[in-house]
Order: sequence, then structure tokens, then C-alpha cells
Amino acid sequence: MLTALIAIPAIGALLVALLPKGKDALAKRAALVVTLIVAVLTVVMALRFKADGPRFQFTEKYWWIKQFGVHYAVGVDGVALVLIVLSAILVPLVVLASWNDAERSGGVDNPPKRSVKTYFALLLSLEAMMIGVFAATDIFLFYVFFEAMLFPVYFIIGSYGGPQRSYAAVKFLLYSLFGGLLMLAAVIGLYVVSANAGHGTFLFDELRNLHIAPTTAKWLFLGFFIAFAIKAPLVPFHTWLPDAAGQAPTGAAVLIVGVLDKVGTFGMLRFCLELFPGAAKWFTPVVLTLSVVGIVYGAVLAIGQVDIKRLIAYTSISHFGFITLGIFAMTTQGQSGATLYMVNHGFSTGALFLLAGFMITRRGSARIDAYGGVQKVAPLLAGTFLVAGLSGLSLPGLSSFVSEFLVLVGTFTRYKVPAVIATVGIILAAVYILWMYQRTMNGPTAEAVKGMSDLSKRELIVIAPIIAIIVALGFYPKPVLDVINPSVKQTLVQVHQQDPKPTIAEKGSHQ
Amino acid sequence: MTPVVLAAGDIPAPHLEYGRLAPILIVLGAASVGVLVEALAPRAQRYGLQVLVSAVGLVAAFAWTIALGLGDQPHHVAAMGAIGVDGPTLFIQGTILVLALMSMLLIAERTHEASPFTAQASTVPGSPEEREGLVAGLVQTEVFPLVLFAVGGMLIFPASNDLLTMFVALEVMSLPLYLLCGLARRRRLLSQEAAVKYFLLGAFSSAFFLYGTALLYGYAGSVRLSDIAAAISKQSGTEPLLLAGVALLSVGLLFKVGAAPFQAWKPDVYQGAPTAITALMASCTVVAAVGAILRVFYVGLETLRWDWRPMMWAVAILTMLTGAIVAITQTDVKRMLAYSSIAHGGFLLTGVIATNKAGLSGTLFYLAAYGFTTVGAFAVITMVRDAGGEAGHLSRWAGLGKRQPLVAGTFAFFLLAFAGIPLTSGFTGKFAVFQAAVAGGALPLVIVGVVSSAIAAFFYARVIVLMFFSEPAADGPSVVFSPTTATAVAVGAFVTLVLGVIPGPALHLAQSAANQLFVR
Repeated sequence: MLTALIAIPAIGALLVALLPKGKDALAKRAALVVTLIVAVLTVVMALRFKADGPRFQFTEKYWWIKQFGVHYAVGVDGVALVLIVLSAILVPLVVLASWNDAERSGGVDNPPKRSVKTYFALLLSLEAMMIGVFAATDIFLFYVFFEAMLFPVYFIIGSYGGPQRSYAAVKFLLYSLFGGLLMLAAVIGLYVVSANAGHGTFLFDELRNLHIAPTTAKWLFLGFFIAFAIKAPLVPFHTWLPDAAGQAPTGAAVLIVGVLDKVGTFGMLRFCLELFPGAAKWFTPVVLTLSVVGIVYGAVLAIGQVDIKRLIAYTSISHFGFITLGIFAMTTQGQSGATLYMVNHGFSTGALFLLAGFMITRRGSARIDAYGGVQKVAPLLAGTFLVAGLSGLSLPGLSSFVSEFLVLVGTFTRYKVPAVIATVGIILAAVYILWMYQRTMNGPTAEAVKGMSDLSKRELIVIAPIIAIIVALGFYPKPVLDVINPSVKQTLVQVHQQDPKPTIAEKGSHQ
Repeated sequence: MTPVVLAAGDIPAPHLEYGRLAPILIVLGAASVGVLVEALAPRAQRYGLQVLVSAVGLVAAFAWTIALGLGDQPHHVAAMGAIGVDGPTLFIQGTILVLALMSMLLIAERTHEASPFTAQASTVPGSPEEREGLVAGLVQTEVFPLVLFAVGGMLIFPASNDLLTMFVALEVMSLPLYLLCGLARRRRLLSQEAAVKYFLLGAFSSAFFLYGTALLYGYAGSVRLSDIAAAISKQSGTEPLLLAGVALLSVGLLFKVGAAPFQAWKPDVYQGAPTAITALMASCTVVAAVGAILRVFYVGLETLRWDWRPMMWAVAILTMLTGAIVAITQTDVKRMLAYSSIAHGGFLLTGVIATNKAGLSGTLFYLAAYGFTTVGAFAVITMVRDAGGEAGHLSRWAGLGKRQPLVAGTFAFFLLAFAGIPLTSGFTGKFAVFQAAVAGGALPLVIVGVVSSAIAAFFYARVIVLMFFSEPAADGPSVVFSPTTATAVAVGAFVTLVLGVIPGPALHLAQSAANQLFVR
């Protein structure tokens, strides 16, 4: 099942890439069909996932490189499952949203036409790797996907991005590659530790039970953590994100911020915490500090941005602060909230990026002051933008609220001060979102915006499902939480953390 | 095995195991036939005959190597103890032969107006005189026997079981290469400069090697690696004679790999030499030299490893960092790959330093993987040409990805393999040596290796950016396809991919080769 989910887009990418020149329309349709098939299969898989079943389901395991002890091993727990669902739903929407992007890539400065089929082939290969990275239960395999994933993104930003694309692409690649290589050292180190313990392996299940000397564990933790912190990105490793997301074509920006960055937080939850529980606890104060700094710093910088896409990128840095805060609070609520936040953030930021992209394509500028009064000429665009934005600032009733609340509650029960400071982030979120909305959508209609058309049918089809999900998860997040909770509890058992004696207890949480 | 006693007038004929030495003898024999062809065959037929002789020689030698490997566990000394025939050696020799065959594809390339080698030292490329010479059939077919002699030397170099044989092999391998470097048809001065530099520095390093051999002979009373090992384990091993000998010997060996601080020749020579010869040097010579290092340090000096490891640590760290950092400033493709090759020499040394079986097999695998990628990459370089021959300057490569997506894509793939990105052979190789090094207690070395990989990734990425994200220049270079070169590129790319995605069989081969260890 999982192998099919990885293989279908990979094969699709190959086929699309091999299409003869000039068959652009066919390439687009093929890409859409492939991603839709993947989405349907993923939803089917999600429905068949048993929340009370074994932790990893749909597992497959074969030898890959026996000499290194490497398996091709895949399987999903609740956390991985919801992230795969997130990716599989976002990709077809992104394909649809970028329908005409490749032709007029760069948008602002109109660089020459690029190959359409290459763009969609890259998107498809990226989807294969995104699913693979969440599904891998062999750390070597995870690493392979983790690194290989960079290249489709690198080429998409570099070939189809804005005016500064090549700078942004290289910066993105070097940051990620540096993190990845540190992780490689840690992966090798982990293998050697397991080999010294008698049985060299990369399988997550076996490594979980490995006893690692505390000092070694701290170093290995750092190797993994820095890689994930760059990916996530956590302050101070964040500077690549505004450039990458700001320069990437809209569709790729959605996937970079919506899914790719989740690999970082996912990795922290899955690998940093479970493989090195002791080290994770040792480093917790540092991580919490960085998270809180990230929440406030990202929000403050977001307020100051003049470029819409960069603004959204900075809001994400702030949100990633919440996610890492929730993960390292090491309470059920914190971690469930953080995982839910990963999903919600993917959808709401994805929607923001998509809508901003639609708007930027129409106006030809990403600067906030190039707009004004859009609401009057394009009410649908403005309305959906508002909903997505309100979700971003965690309005109750929209999905992010639930997760942000859980994170804050989960953090507060153990670490009061960080939770209190983090709350400031919510207030700042209201400032950056609403102020941006006010400047672009309200007020007198700017001259250049007068002729702006409202959302087209294609764009509505893209945005409607996301808005629906945002609202649905805002009112009824239980199905997702039910899937997440068992996995998170396992993680907490592994780190030997129990929830603190309740000030606010959730039914069924570990006591 | 009886020691040769030089009694007056009574020199016993050495006992030679022809069967076990056949690969070496076939290549050297083919080289001699090539010389005869050069002397006897009419001009018009020389090229065809030479290509045939070289190809048959290399293929036959390779087939024999495989037969030796498949036969009973090869673990013998041959030629009165001068040559070792064992798993690792056969693996290295097989690798050299295949890579030489691939380089031969580049050397034999003819479709583009003329051979990449000059016919006469004085002709100007593209001039009427040169054309007249071509019509008259003045072509440099000596390159084929020269290459074969060099390859023969490379086969003996890692197989030599005593330092004198090794020295002879070193010279047999190097002298033809010095000549070949100076034969480029275009940019004659650069080519001749490369040849002279290579020759002078090479001669120096040979002298170091010989002096080291002499000192070790003084210490152990023998040039046999096994005798030296025995002498070291008998005494406590802090003799100045021994240490000085090891140091000098290492200089000679490390020079051939291009390890820092003996790397200065590499960029100049790689840039100046005809690209086909650069491909041969960057792949086969490196394989042979690392093979020799493995043999010397694993057989002769194994018992001394606590003394040489710190030195090698320093050399490896210096090599990786120098290669990676200096490469950033390069503007010529071949120079950039030369520095990349220096950095890779450092990665290979981490495998040597591991001094365990995994290190041996990892290094063997790395050598094979790296060799194929290198030949492929240099083959691409020979294809990208403008009016003045190969478009060496990086700025000329701008926008190649738009004009020739396939060629640029393949080159980008090779660069990613050099950078060690997963799903390429470069990653598997790096992983193999790094893992061995960590297991061998060289974690700091691996961290340096990882950091320099990240630095190196920067300049590989820069070339990719240039090829794909920049606008093509109006008068940019064109891509010249020739079937032989295209074959070399295709084989290189295919092996790079296969060794990255399903490296199991090749790793298994390297492991079983390493399991037999070097014969003593």
C-alpha cells in the first residue's frame, strides 16, 4: 500500500518527464490524475487505519542493502498517517493551482518560458519523496528520502521562481544539505552504536530499544536535531525559509512550508525524542527557549514585512515555534496539539499561500502596498483569504485554534513561563494577519487593482476543499486526534514522561 | 619462495606463475604489439589496428582477472614473492581495467575533425598545415601503446609485494602518463606545461619513494612488505630509520593520490592534459595509487598503525578541506574537478585510516564508484565544445541545461554523485568509508568529512545553477556527440545510478574481495 503510494507518483513523474515536447496540456492532466489517484488511495488507507491497532500499520520490510544492514521498511503510525494525508491532499490542489504557473514562471519579472512538463514531473517526484519520508521506518531510508527530496524543490525554485530564484535555491539547498550531512554523521554513529551492541541495524523499531551511552546520545541527538531544526525551521536556522518561500512559485511554496518543513518537526517527534529520550530531556530547556524566541521573533518580523509571501513565511516560523514547543513540552496534550498543528498549519498556511499566489499573479507584484481594497473587486478572493488568515491567527472555530490551545495547555502544565510568553504570539498573530488584510483588502480600491478579476472556477475548486477542512477540523478535530493520540502516548512512554498531575486533565491521559 | 642467492655465475631463473600474472602480462604484451604495429603497419591502418589491439588486450586481461577471481580463493604470491594475487588486488585490477577501457573510448574518439591528440608538436590546431598533415596520415597513434604501458604499470603498482617492484611499477605507470599529458592538440602550451610540471614533481616524488624504500631496507634488511612487517613487530618500532622511511615512502604514495600537501600538481595537470588522459589519470591512477597505499599500510606497516594513523589523520583532514575549499574559487571545469578529486582522495583516506575490513571493502567500493563517475564526467567535458576546442571556462557552461537538457542533466547527475547525494554511487561509497571510519574510532575525521562534503556541495550546486538557472550565452558552446564518448557517458551514468540504488551486489563483491585480505 505505502509502496504503491510512493511508486505511483514516482512512475508518474517519469512518464510525464518522458512526454514529447509540446504536450503540455497532457502533462498537466496526467499529473492531476496521478495525484488524484494517490489522494484517493491515501484516504482509503487512512480509513482502514485502526487507531487502537498496533502502532505501525501497513508495514512492509525487505532487505535493500544487506551489507549495510539497510532495509526498505515502511509503515505508518498515527502521526505519519495524518501527515501523509496532508501531503496527498495538498499535492493535487497544488497541481491544479499551478496549472498555468510554469508558463509564466517568475511572474514578476517575466523570465522566458520554462518547460511545463518538467515542472509537473518535479512536483510528482516531490510527492513520492514526501510520502516516502513520512512512511520510512528505516532510518537510512528516511535519510535517503530526506536528502533526495531537496532536489526537486531546488530545481523548482531555481527554474520557476521569482527574480531572486537562483540565490534562494542555492541558499535552500546549502542549508538543508548541511543539516542533512550532519544527520548523516549521526545516522552512521547510530548504526555503529547498534553494531557495537551486537546487531547493526537501521530499523527504527530495533533502534528504539537500543541503550546508548548518555554522552554519545547527546551528540547523536544534536546531529539529528540540527538537521530537523534547519528543516523546520527553528530560529536561528530559519533564514533560508523567507527566501525560499518568497521566491518559489506559489505551488512549491505551499509544499515547502506546508509539508516539507513538517518533516523537521516530524523528525523531532519521531526520532529525536524516541531514539534519544535522555538527551532530548537534557536539551529541552534549550529547545523550549528557541521555540519561544521563534514564536515571538517570527511574529514580530512578520509584522514588518512588505512582501506578502515573505510575511506568510515568517508567520510560519512563528507557528513552527508553537509546534516544537508542543513537542518538547512532553505532555500528551502538547504533542497531540503539535501534531494536529502540523496538519492544520499545512492547510491554513497552504490556503494563505495559494490565495496570495492567485492575487500576486493577477497584480504582478508581491508587495503589500501594491494592493488596497481588493475586497470590493474580488469578494471571493478576499473572503477566503480572510478565513485562511483567521485560521492562521487561531480564531476559535477554525482548525488552528484547537491545536494552538492544546499546545499551550500542554506546555503550561509543565513549563509555565514559556507557555505564557508563547501566548504573546497569538496576539501578534492577530496583528500581522489583520493588518495585512486591512492593507490589501480594505480601504479604497487601488488604481492597479481595479480590473482585478475574482477567483476563477479552477481556483475555487482548489480553495474550497481546504477551507472546508479548516472549518471541519475547527469544530470536530476528534477523528484526527484519535489517530494521533496513541502514537503520541507511545512516544511519551519511550521518553519516560508522564503528564504532570492535572491542573487540567484530559480523560485517558497518562497518569 | 627461496631467497635469490647471487652466487657467482649461477643466477637461477626465477619461477613465474604465468597463469596468475596473465592480466598484467597480457596488457604489457598488447602494449608491445602496439609498438610493433606502430613500427610495421602502414600509416592508414595504424589507427584501426591500435584500437583493436588495445581493446582486445584490455578485455582479455579483464576476462582473465575475473577468471582468477572466480577460481579458488585467490590468495597467493607470485613471481618469487614480488607480486601478490589476492582478493583486493584482483578487485582493484579489474576496476582499473574496466576504467581503462572506458577511458580508451575517449582516447579513440575520432569523429570530431581530428583526434584530441596532436600529431606534430609544431602544428597549429585547425591550420592548413595540420590539415595537410592529416591528409598525409600523420596521426598520433602512439598514444595507444603508451596508455597500455601505463595501465600495465597501474596493474602492478597495487599488486607489488615488495617496494622495489612497486617502484618499478610506479615508473612504468608514470613515464607514459608524463608524455601523454603533453600531447593535447589544442592549448599546446598549457599541455606542455602540465607535462613538465607533472614530470618534475613526479620525479621528486619517485625520489622520495625510493629514498624511503632505501631507509626501510636499512631498517628491515629487506624490501619485502611482509619482512618489513615482521621486523616491525619484532622490535618496538620507534627506530628513526623506520619512521623516516615510512614518512618518505608515504610522500611518494600520497603524491600519486594527490593528497594535500602534495596536491599542487593536480589542478595544473588535469587542466592541461588532453581530457581523455585526464579521465584516465583521475580514475585509473587514483585507483592504482590508493590500491598501493592500501597494500603498503595494511600489509607492510599494519603493526605500526598507531604510529602512522595520526599522520594520516592530518593528511586526510587537510586533503578534504583543501580540496573542498579551494574548489570554490575555480572557474575552469577541469580544475574544479581536479580539486574535487583531491577532496575525494581525502574521503578515500578516511577509509584507509579505518584499518578494518569494512574500511578495506568500503575503500574498494568507493574506488570503483568514483572511477566510473569520473570518467563519465570528463567524457561530458569533452563533448561540450566551442570554436577553441573544449569549453573549459565555467561561464561558457551557462544555460547549457536549456540548450542540451540531456547532456547537462547527466553532468548534473555526475556532480550530485560527487557531492554524495543519496541514490547515487557517490553516496553509497561515502557512506561505506565513513561508516568504517566511525567503527574504526575516527569519528572526528568523519565529521570533517561531512563538513567538507557540505562545502563541496556548494560548488557542485554552483555549476548546476549555472547550467540550469542562467540564461544561455548567445555564442555558447555546442555539444558534439560521438558514439564512443556517448557510450562512455552512458556507462558512467548507468553505473553511478545502479551503484546508488542497488549497490548490494557490488558491495558484496567488494566485501568478499576484502574478506580475503591482502596476501603477505
